[in-house]
Amino acid sequence: MIDDRQSMRTAEGATLSLVPAGILPRGGAFLIDLLIRAPVYIVALVVLSTRTGSAAGLMLILLFLLEWFYPVLFEVLRHGQTPGKRLLGIAVTHTDGAPVTLNGSLLRNLIRQADFFPMFYLTGFVAMLSNRRFQRFGDMAANTMVVHVGNSRPPQQISVAQTTPPDWQVTLDDQQTLLALLERQDSLSAARRQELCALGWPELDSAQAEQRAMATARHLRGLE
Amino acid sequence: MKQAQFEKQFEADWRQLDQQLATLEKLRHGDLASDPSLNQLPASYRRICHHQALARERGYSLSLIQRLDDLVLRGYRQLYRPRLPLAAPIKQFLLAGFPQAVRAQWPWQLASAVAFCVSLILLWALVRNQPDMVYALLDQATAEQMESMYHPEAEHRTQRTASDDVTMFGYYIYNNIGIAFRTFAGGLFFGVGALFVMLFNGSFFGAIAAHLTNAGFQQPFFTFVIAHGAPELTAIVLAGGAGLRLGWALLAPGPWSRREALGLAASQAMTVMYGAFALLLLAAFIEAFWSPRQFEAWIKYSVGGVLWLLTLGYLFAAGRR
Repeated sequence: MIDDRQSMRTAEGATLSLVPAGILPRGGAFLIDLLIRAPVYIVALVVLSTRTGSAAGLMLILLFLLEWFYPVLFEVLRHGQTPGKRLLGIAVTHTDGAPVTLNGSLLRNLIRQADFFPMFYLTGFVAMLSNRRFQRFGDMAANTMVVHVGNSRPPQQISVAQTTPPDWQVTLDDQQTLLALLERQDSLSAARRQELCALGWPELDSAQAEQRAMATARHLRGLE
Repeated sequence: MKQAQFEKQFEADWRQLDQQLATLEKLRHGDLASDPSLNQLPASYRRICHHQALARERGYSLSLIQRLDDLVLRGYRQLYRPRLPLAAPIKQFLLAGFPQAVRAQWPWQLASAVAFCVSLILLWALVRNQPDMVYALLDQATAEQMESMYHPEAEHRTQRTASDDVTMFGYYIYNNIGIAFRTFAGGLFFGVGALFVMLFNGSFFGAIAAHLTNAGFQQPFFTFVIAHGAPELTAIVLAGGAGLRLGWALLAPGPWSRREALGLAASQAMTVMYGAFALLLLAAFIEAFWSPRQFEAWIKYSVGGVLWLLTLGYLFAAGRR
């Protein structure tokens, strides 16, 4: 398969497949989190510039907590998702798929400072481009990665129609290819569908080839 | 079995698991234990793992496999939720884990301490002998600000209020702990960032101490800094050492790949950072609420001396078997 999916086996022998989140969703999540924090920053600036005394002291503590522990709080208590990450359907996990621990989350968020260096996450950006898991340095140190979660589409209804048994020894590859074609038929144009089907049945004309391919696929799927 | 049959037979199972996971994903850690659906999770998880293996083995369509993969991953993430640290690990950490971790990393902690102390002593000696050299490090305005801060008759020192203390407490937390965290992160760049912070802070402290001594303000200055200096300077040095540990893992990873070495070093260094964090909280508290109090010099010096002994004694001796 040509994608960035990472597969690994758990102790139970199940296969976990993790899809690393790229720079766009992660940057987007960062911006959303920044917008969420912005009102607090503005209030804090107003308080700090107009008042001294206890209020200013408490504001500084609040700023400190917000700057360093906002992501940690959500990542640990909310399944690796800050509000921004939740909105974009991504989450922090360890590289073995396990939920992120307090230690891991703290580590990746402390080293965020190094990833930010010298500005706008330039270091982290280069680090992310240099490995298959899109890890910035904080992720490498904490052994974490950001993955897409809950992105599978709801099951699709495929209408029942004429079926044809295949006239060759079907391999698993053949089967998966045909089943994928059946599921994706609506997202392909008619011309492209026929072009693809003609690859499998070059002796038929393209309309017939499509009919034949779909009928075989329906047979393999068991839509009798 | 063909895919359509398979889906028909187990669709209800999958929907049920999906709902169960959705419920669990909404629950906070505290409410988990009381949730009845928790008992069924391991069984449902084993079943979904079985279905996933079958679907992959039989070459069912990719969208079905992806759907099952997703359920397996979500189930796994619920089954292996980490436990949050509680009181017992914190106690163990403070009594033994933290000082042990510091001693286990002695080469880097020593390097960090040496960088800090040597630059401090050098600048102290330099500025004491050549008073004007202080302006090589800080500009006129900063130097004057320091002088007015530690002037024996300064108004802010004699008329300090309780709310000033809270302000300064907030400021010390925001500023000093932020510096420690950045020092640690800076160590990632082959230790350069951490080393720089150590050298800079050591020089700065040495220069200011010498400059104020030249001006004759040594008593207000040293009575102010001695007490909180014990946890604060120690914690900054520890953060520097933890940063050097990170950088060293990238410079000389030993038998591991650089990435593995970094992960290993980071988890060790993190233990020290928790401790540095605790020390800096303590330091901020002392600095805001004790250090500005006006007492006889000998009281301030003895309290400060005891704090230094306690801090260093703790790091050297606590948790030894």
